[in-house]
Amino acid sequence: MSEKIFMKGCEAVAETAVRAGCRFFAGYPITPQNDVPEYFARRMPQVGGVFIQGESEVASSNMAYGAAAAGVRSMTSSSSCGISLKSEAISWMAGARLPVVVANFQRGGPGIGTIQPAQQDYTQATKASGNGGFKMLVLSPSTLQEAVDMTWQAFELADKYSNPVLLLMDGFTGTMMEPVELPEALSDEQVAAIRATKTWAATGKKGGPQHKVMCGPGLDTRISQEQMNIRDGKMYEEWKTTEVEYEDYMTEDAEVILTAYGISGRIAKSAVGILRAEGIKAGLIRPKKVYPFPDEAYEKLNFDTLKGIVCAEMAIPAQFAVDVENVVHGRTKIATALSSGGEILDRSAIVEAARALCGK
Amino acid sequence: MMKNVYSRPSGIFEGAVTGFCPGCMHSSVCKVVAEVLDELGMVNNACYVQGVGCCGLAVTYFDMDTVAAPHGRACAIASAFKRCSPETLVFTYQGDGDLAAIGLAETMSAANRGENFTVIFVNNGIYGMTGGQMAPTTMVGVKTTTTPYGRSESEHGAPLHMCEILSQLEAPAYIARVTLADVPNAKKAKAAVKKAFQYQLDGKGFSFVEFVSNCPTNWGMSPLESLDHVHNVILKEFPLGEFRAK
Amino acid sequence: MERSFIIAGFGGQGVMVMGQLLSYTACETTEKFVTYFPSYGAEMRGGTANCYVVISDDPVGAPKVSQADYVVALNDPSMARFKDAVAPGGTIFVNSSVVTIEEDREDVHVVKVDAGTIAYELGNLKVLNLVMVGAIIGYTEVLPAENVLQTAFKKLGAKRPELNPINEAAFKRGYAIGKAAKEGK
Repeated sequence: MSEKIFMKGCEAVAETAVRAGCRFFAGYPITPQNDVPEYFARRMPQVGGVFIQGESEVASSNMAYGAAAAGVRSMTSSSSCGISLKSEAISWMAGARLPVVVANFQRGGPGIGTIQPAQQDYTQATKASGNGGFKMLVLSPSTLQEAVDMTWQAFELADKYSNPVLLLMDGFTGTMMEPVELPEALSDEQVAAIRATKTWAATGKKGGPQHKVMCGPGLDTRISQEQMNIRDGKMYEEWKTTEVEYEDYMTEDAEVILTAYGISGRIAKSAVGILRAEGIKAGLIRPKKVYPFPDEAYEKLNFDTLKGIVCAEMAIPAQFAVDVENVVHGRTKIATALSSGGEILDRSAIVEAARALCGK
Repeated sequence: MMKNVYSRPSGIFEGAVTGFCPGCMHSSVCKVVAEVLDELGMVNNACYVQGVGCCGLAVTYFDMDTVAAPHGRACAIASAFKRCSPETLVFTYQGDGDLAAIGLAETMSAANRGENFTVIFVNNGIYGMTGGQMAPTTMVGVKTTTTPYGRSESEHGAPLHMCEILSQLEAPAYIARVTLADVPNAKKAKAAVKKAFQYQLDGKGFSFVEFVSNCPTNWGMSPLESLDHVHNVILKEFPLGEFRAK
Repeated sequence: MERSFIIAGFGGQGVMVMGQLLSYTACETTEKFVTYFPSYGAEMRGGTANCYVVISDDPVGAPKVSQADYVVALNDPSMARFKDAVAPGGTIFVNSSVVTIEEDREDVHVVKVDAGTIAYELGNLKVLNLVMVGAIIGYTEVLPAENVLQTAFKKLGAKRPELNPINEAAFKRGYAIGKAAKEGK
């Protein structure tokens, strides 16, 4: 067991990335994630890695793409409107099947919106982070310990599937501090060994066949775009059985379910005890990955006895709740507890919504 | 015994079928680059970052490692790639729309950082692949599909001169404008590419070679007419020469 | 048991240090759960600064609360903004050296600490925040006083060990005020 360290979310993510063998980061200043590029700027030279402050989000995400094409564990981060600019490169990463970890420290929107924390990029993150209908695994931590664990996991998953992975953070999980235990860093040898497995990296033919990091078939007549889509679609479909991840808390006897992800997930969880103390049997479903969506967590519920589900999120209009509704499909009542544009979700709003569903 | 005086460069696919239009100098630029890589013995350690547009058709020619870039982003990708793989000879292969319009920020910024890779910039004064729209390098007065009444300086601005613009920066190590429109100039062009690559191998930083090229199809000229046009008109706007050789 | 704090004042009054001192002490010297959230804004200088600290025996829910158990107001703008953010039965710690706004609610306690004057008497206005931290600990007993002091030595004394004695004196003056307020209730 390593030492408990009190760390800021942005820095915990960045330090974990370095320990997971990330050796390239490019970013561009945008609140509330500036501690990420600043941390990498200090840290990368210490481990022989590369940090570049790009001339824009567009450039920095393309830099992350370029580093991944050279076989290096690579990362970029931004916040909301900056992620929109990065969507070009993210779509290319998915098209070229390059492993890159992208972090979005969400703020309020649309457009420049507010620099304050929000969860208003859920739909963008899970449905269309760029053109072309690609998918990414989307990990959303509730606590900073989970942010650490998920950052490590994100690099593993990116390499496993050779696909971009999105770490869906927010202004709270980015700027707050909380105790964390960090994983032990990979050694230089381990980092080199991981790079060596990427035999597709375009670092020179070295007497062998050509390596092409291409997005789409280009002029290659041996494979069509449709075949590539079918190949990727199969992987996305597999994720629905292999990559679903959620927390299921006191749901067995629950008469009302609270459901939320990310920062709202921890707030909803803290409401369970309050409701139980009042005699309302509350439970929690908290997706850890919001893509693929954990349909099974809701399918397992006993809709005969359930009085309803409270969806809590920092987005108005609701986005996450739409996915819940799609699974529940009218089998129980759905209520929402929402805040938006920088306002934190109040636990009491969740508690009241649950009480109302239970007629109390 | 016969002496082999000329053969296909090893960096060009055997039996390559060109995607370029007849008379377009793009294919000759590819050949010159491949020849230089052979002379430097770097074909097996090279990676080119392809831009979007006609330059992307180089994929049918170059038998070497490649990374495809989103439109305009080649210099950003090459910056990161080269820093992560310093032993690889990295060059971008970009057209004027890619490099000087949508990718202007990436080009200028990479040049200003003095990134240690080479840009091969093919300037034909038009968007070729998309059907002949105005490029940042289109001459004033020229009719294109998006300047049907001719490029007007007051409305569209004057052509961008990338070598001259980049020469205002401190960092770039080598900047040259060349053409393959005649044999003497073709020899100079090849020497410029070799020099640019050598600069990179020596770790001197950003090197940039602009090829003044042609587009017979979208210029509405025969290949020979287009070469005359390069000599008589284009080179007056885009003078050849070395702008920087640190 | 969960206790939430909102600490607010002018930038430069040591608001963030106060929050971090409580947080680091909780993290490094106890088994409690703790979150620290510094509010951020667009301005780099001027204006008010505030942070949220939640210390709990159970995992913390929201790192930022709209109703806190304790509000610490170091100046009038902070008092005006946060006096109604105290939960009923909660307590406001006021830097009475400069705060003139009175709390008129009857369901909250007010602990007045003449922190500015005490810091002035001790010879360094910057220890105002240590006086306030002392008062918070003396009143709430949310963390062991000795642990807070040791953390102050460790974090603040790392760069300026010569300030340890004055920091300790400031903390103790505040602590006595907080303890007396608690007992006098």
